[in-house]
This record gives sequence, C-alpha cells and structure tokens, in this order.
Amino acid sequence: MKNKTSTKNFGQFLKFQKFQEIGILIVLIILVLFLSITTSTFLTSTNIFNILRAFSWNAISAFGITMVIITGGIDLSVGSVMALSGLISAMMLRANFGDFLSILGGLFIGALVGFINGFLVGKTNLPPFVATLGTMNIARGFCYGLTGGWPVRDLPKSFIFWGQYDIPFLGLKIPLPVVVMAVLCILTSLFLNRTVWGYRIYAVGGNEQAASLSGINTKRTKILVYTLCGFLTAIGGILMTARLGVAAPTAASGYELDIIAAAVIGGTSLTGGEGTILGALIGAVIMQVLRTGMVLLGFPAYWQPAATGIIIIAAVIFDQYRKRKMGLVQ
Amino acid sequence: MNQILKMEEISKSFPGVQALNKVDFELYEGEVMGLVGENGAGKSTLMKILSGAYQKDAGRIFLDGRKIEIESPYHAQKLGISTIYQEFNLTPNQTVAQNIFCAREPIKKSILGNLGFVDKELMEKEAQKLLGMVEADISPKEMIRDLSIAEKQMVEIAKALAFKAKIIIMDEPTSALGLEEVEKLFEIINQLRTQGIAIIFVSHRLEEVFRIADRITILRDGKLVGVMRKEEANIEKVIYLMVNRPLSEMFQKEEVKTEEAILEVKNLYKKGVIKNTSFKLYKGEILGVAGLVGAGRTEMVRLIFGADKKDKGEIYLEGKKVEINTPADAVKLGIGLVPEDRQGEGLILKLAVRENIGICILRNLVNTLFVNKNKLSEIAQNFIQRLNIRTPSIFQKVLYLSGGNQQKVVLSKWLALNPKILILDEPTRGIDVSAKAEIHTIMNQLAKSGIGIIMISSEMPEILAMSDRVLVMNEGKLVAEISKKDATQEKIMAYASGYIN
Repeated sequence: MKNKTSTKNFGQFLKFQKFQEIGILIVLIILVLFLSITTSTFLTSTNIFNILRAFSWNAISAFGITMVIITGGIDLSVGSVMALSGLISAMMLRANFGDFLSILGGLFIGALVGFINGFLVGKTNLPPFVATLGTMNIARGFCYGLTGGWPVRDLPKSFIFWGQYDIPFLGLKIPLPVVVMAVLCILTSLFLNRTVWGYRIYAVGGNEQAASLSGINTKRTKILVYTLCGFLTAIGGILMTARLGVAAPTAASGYELDIIAAAVIGGTSLTGGEGTILGALIGAVIMQVLRTGMVLLGFPAYWQPAATGIIIIAAVIFDQYRKRKMGLVQ
Repeated sequence: MNQILKMEEISKSFPGVQALNKVDFELYEGEVMGLVGENGAGKSTLMKILSGAYQKDAGRIFLDGRKIEIESPYHAQKLGISTIYQEFNLTPNQTVAQNIFCAREPIKKSILGNLGFVDKELMEKEAQKLLGMVEADISPKEMIRDLSIAEKQMVEIAKALAFKAKIIIMDEPTSALGLEEVEKLFEIINQLRTQGIAIIFVSHRLEEVFRIADRITILRDGKLVGVMRKEEANIEKVIYLMVNRPLSEMFQKEEVKTEEAILEVKNLYKKGVIKNTSFKLYKGEILGVAGLVGAGRTEMVRLIFGADKKDKGEIYLEGKKVEINTPADAVKLGIGLVPEDRQGEGLILKLAVRENIGICILRNLVNTLFVNKNKLSEIAQNFIQRLNIRTPSIFQKVLYLSGGNQQKVVLSKWLALNPKILILDEPTRGIDVSAKAEIHTIMNQLAKSGIGIIMISSEMPEILAMSDRVLVMNEGKLVAEISKKDATQEKIMAYASGYIN
C-alpha cells in the first residue's frame, strides 16, 4: 500500500517537477545531433571534455545566479566577482600565502561581495539591478586598481593543478573543474529542493508579501542567496584562473550576461519563483555547445554573437510554448 | 423599455471544462440586471465574452437589434459596453483625467495638435464634467495612486461614461467597499439607470443584488437556470437555484462560554493610523471586528501580527507579555494571519498546494539536513481531506484553484502550525455560497477546539452570525464593544459611521 502511493506520488512528482527541463533538453539534443552529423570532430571525447571544461566555471556561477533570480533578483556583478576572486587568490599566491589560504581568500572576497549585494538589496531595498550594477563596477575597479592593469602571472603548479588536471577514469580523462562543477550541481540542487532554506527561496520569489506574512525573514533569505551566489562565482573564478594560469584584471568581462542567459535558457523565470539548478546546467551546456559548434562548423567569427543571440531567443520561445502546451504556465 | 442586448445560445469551452453551455442573456435599457452563481458557474466567462476578453465558441450577440461580433475589449468599449473589474484597469502613476481619456486624449486644435500635443485643459474640463455626472468629489488632476478604492471605482465609471457606455458591467463592485461607500455606489447606479444605461451587477452578495437589481439571472455549471424579476424572487429560491439544494440560513456560531483571556492588547498605537486601542480575546471566542473601509481594522491586526511597526502598545499572550516585532515573532508564538488579499499576501501562487500548506512548519519537518517531503505530503493530504480542498493533487499549483479552495489552503497553512490565535481578515470575500458555509463551519470547529479568532468582516450578516462579541472601529479607534445578544445591524452601522460616539 505504502509502496503504491509512493510510486503514484513519484509519478505525479515527475509530471509536475522534472519535466520542466525536458524542453531545453530537447533543444540540446537537437543541437548535439546536428553537430555530430555535420562535423567529424564534435563527437570526440577530447572535444566533449573541452566543452565541459570551458563552461564549468560559468555553470557554477549560473547555479548561484539561478537562486538569486528565483528570489526575484538579479546579479550583474558575477563577471567582475569571477575576475576579482581569481585575482585575489593569485596575488596571495604570489605573496606566498600558500595554496590553502590563497584559495580561501579568493572565496572570501566572492562571498563578501555577494553579502554586500544581499545587504544592499535586502536591507536598504535598492533594486537588485542597481545594487549589483554598482558592485559590478566596484569589483572591476578593484581588479584594475590592485594590479595597475597588469595580469598576475607565474602561478604555482600546485594551484594550476585545480584547473588543468584531468582525472583518469575508465580510460577517459575527466577535467577536475568538471568534477567540481558536478559535485556543486548536486549540492546546490539538494540545497534548493530539500532544505528549509531552499523552500524559503522559492517562497520569497513567488510572493514576497505572503512569505513575510508566513513568518519568513525575507531579508535574511536575500542576503543568503546573494552571498551564496558570490561564493559559487568565486569558486568558478578560481577554477578559471587555475585553468588559464594567469589572473588578468580584464578576465570574465561580459560573462554576467552569458551566466544570466544560461539560467534563463534553463527555464528560470526573471519574475522570480521558478527555476532549477539542472535547468541552469543544461542552459550553460547549450551556450558552450553553440560556441564550440560554430567554431567547428567554420561559421564566420564576426557573425557568431548574432547567431548565439538568435538561438537563445528561439530556445526560450520553444520552451515557453511547450510549457503552455502542457499547461505548466498560463 | 427597449431591449438593448440579446445574447443567444452562447457556448464556450476551455480545455477540460464546458464553461458555458447555450446560455441566453438579455438586457433592457435602464435596467439593473443581477448576475449570480457560484464560482465556476460561468458568470465571469459570460461577462468576458460580452466585454471582448474572450471569444465565444458558438452563439449570437445582438446589440440594439443588430448582430455583432465583439473582437476585443477595446472594440467592446467602442460599441458602448464597458466593464469595471474588481482589480481596476487604471494606471496609478497617472492622473484621473489621463486615465479617463487614456489613449483617446483630446489634442490641441493648432498645429501642435498634429504633432500629438494633448489639450490638457480641455481634457481636465471634460473629465470634471464626467466626474460631476457621478457626483464624485475628485479633482481630475489627482493621481490615481492617491485615491481610495471607492474613488477609483468612480473614476472607472466616469471612464465608462466617456465612452458613452450603454451597458456597464460591474464585477463584484462592492467587495472592497465599506457600508457607506456601497450606499453611494447604489445612488450612482440609480442615477445611471435614469439615464437609460443598463447595468450588469455581478456579485456574491445576494442581499445587495436584491436591493439594487430589477431582474436576476442565475447561472449554474455553465447553464442558465433562471431569470426572474425581483418581485418574483426571494433569497431562498435564488440560493436553491444556484447550488441546487436548499441552504439553511446563514451559519450560526455555537456559543462557547469561557473567561480565559488568550490575548490582551493594551494601548496599541501608531501615529496617524491607530489611536490607543485595548481589548481582550478569549479562548474559543470569535471576536468580530466591524467598521467601514479605512477604519483601520486591517492596520490594527497588522500591528498585532508584527507586519507593521507599532509606535506603542503591549501585547499579552496567555497572561504573559510578549514582544512581536516581525511576523516571524508572531508565528513563533502561535499567531496566524489570514490576510485580506488572499492572492497577493496569503499564497505563493506559483508553488504547489503542498508547499503552501507547509510553509510555516518547514523547520519542524527537517530530518538532519533535508525537509522530510513524505511527512510534508502526508500533512498536506490530511488537510485536503479535513478541509475538503478540491484539487487534483497536492502538487497542483495554487494558482489554478478556485477562490474558496485557495482560502482553505491559506487556512490549512496556519492550522498546520497548531495556532493559539487566528486573525482572519475578510475570510470569505469573493467566495461562493457553499464554500463560504464550509469556511464558517471550519471557523466554528476551530473556536470549539479553543483557538481564539479575530474576524474582520465588512459583511454585516457574517459579523452578526459568526461573532461572540463585536468590536466596532471608526477612524482608527475602537468605538464600541457589543455582545452577541445586543448586536444589530443598525447599531453596528451607527457606531461604524460615527453617528454615535
């Protein structure tokens, strides 16, 4: 009896929750099939892991921004935070703080900028767009100010290991950043779907008034999501720096829009209350597959951004159409 | 009188529902037609077809004897059919005149007019004229956001007149009005009637329908089940047709004798909102709070609940002084608030029934790290049965439930917390007759189990039937406390409108 109700519940769960991502998954599969047929290089393990490695830091940040967007907010500072946290780690490494402390320092800076975002949005009631537009410029300013515009080079091998090491697994070589991303994807997904905090994040984004009147501390919830977003973005930034082996003050410029696009393609609603980590992951994969795919196809480089834009819009329209058809939204 | 509108065999279906099934509807010049039915009976669908918001699947519409097709809401307005929705279609950031002439602003006569310059003076003068027709004391220059609900409604009526409306549809026009404002609205309706304008009055409040309507049309399950002149109708008959079963008169609360004060409020004060207010709430009691809209009833309970900050005042729970500064504090102490604005403040529409029910008790459902979803489902399932919530499953988004069922979800949310005190702000507004009776039954059971209930209501019959005691508020002040046996409509009205002090 118990078993029967649980399978029934599970079926309903699938119907109401999981299938949200099916639309964009179809888009991704079509893209992959198309590229596998039209190019000989796409479906090789080297290429696939190149794709995965190249998008892993964006995806990690996208997990964070998805939570921010679910609360009805936005975070424009993620690109700058990526650069700044990588830079701080790099500078600390050069000042001989050691790997552990340096990485911790980078993570701390990311979380700090996130906390400031959360504080500005939650406590002073600044619109998230304005607050994070400000911190985006402040963080970028620190990047330039601290370095005088020069990149920080010659990072220790033990640090670069995090970005460049490939784990041998069943004859494949899985890049370490991809493993970190996969672990974080599972952790944030669990956090968002299974913990009290996750429930509150959805509640605040769905209806802030009602959430507050139900006894939820909405300010604290907002501070939490922005801080987490900053922290996750810092992980991404440090992995990126480790992969590139150099921390440039101009790094990750404009990434915020790619990261927001990944979340939105993944079905996160900019009006808040809806979105999943799995969706953000698929969204980030689509972005990277597009970019790599166009290179492999020999698509003219100067036209690539235009094509990317068109495909983003088409993917989201398709996804919304499907959701309406299924009665998931009205 | 001339027939102005005839709708014949109108049908409309939505995926899975036959919303209207060959419904006939007609309207004469200068007539007030009451349109009643339970939620889901098809009233709004019929009115949305008439106002151009929906397209009919089948049927014919004749306006002044001419067959017409209504293409869009704007088209309907041009044809002389105006609708005043519960949530007004006004832009709060613009003036009254700008709203009345929205998208049809008079332009300047000179060359400037050709460039699109608006003749502001003329527009405001015309607006003033229209406002005068409904005897509204509103300046055309005022911003919509500064107006009261009743005033916004008058602006909507003036806007309808600007379109030279022949038919005005009013969707639950009194649901957000106080008693005095309802009287004023009825005066306006009577005046429109003498000008030959036909009015469709859609409402759940049957007493009001009987007062103002000349004829009443009754729908049930998408079908027309009766049209009658007011003289031939009585409330029992109409209710019987609406729900297809006789409904005993308004629910009466069983009296609960108790001396034990569960909540005491002393000298509650907020500058410009609430003047020194003190009262007690007893265990098992339903304390009715009556008053006109704007008397400060909602504001008072929000102060008690910590949703707004009080300037002064003490609150005692079961004899002990408590500090409530945020809703979170109140929730921890076992106080629940069912707000007036169900969709805006009570529910998270995008989330499922289960998540909405569990929102206040999440912390108690944690297994080491994660929320125990099975337990949560069990609780939600339990409430669905206990309160008879009609939903396909606990995973349904609350958005798709009817008003009555949504309200039951809000109630479940608080009941899951095992509260000591429940504050209900207009608990049955906009809810159909049978769901209303169910909610009254639930309230009675709760009171019996020892919960103290504060119930704000603008519906006099509800106040009279459900309250053990009635507090009356006027201009932010408690002006009377009336026991159940002394409470009459006249007495409460007199205090509420400030005739007695």
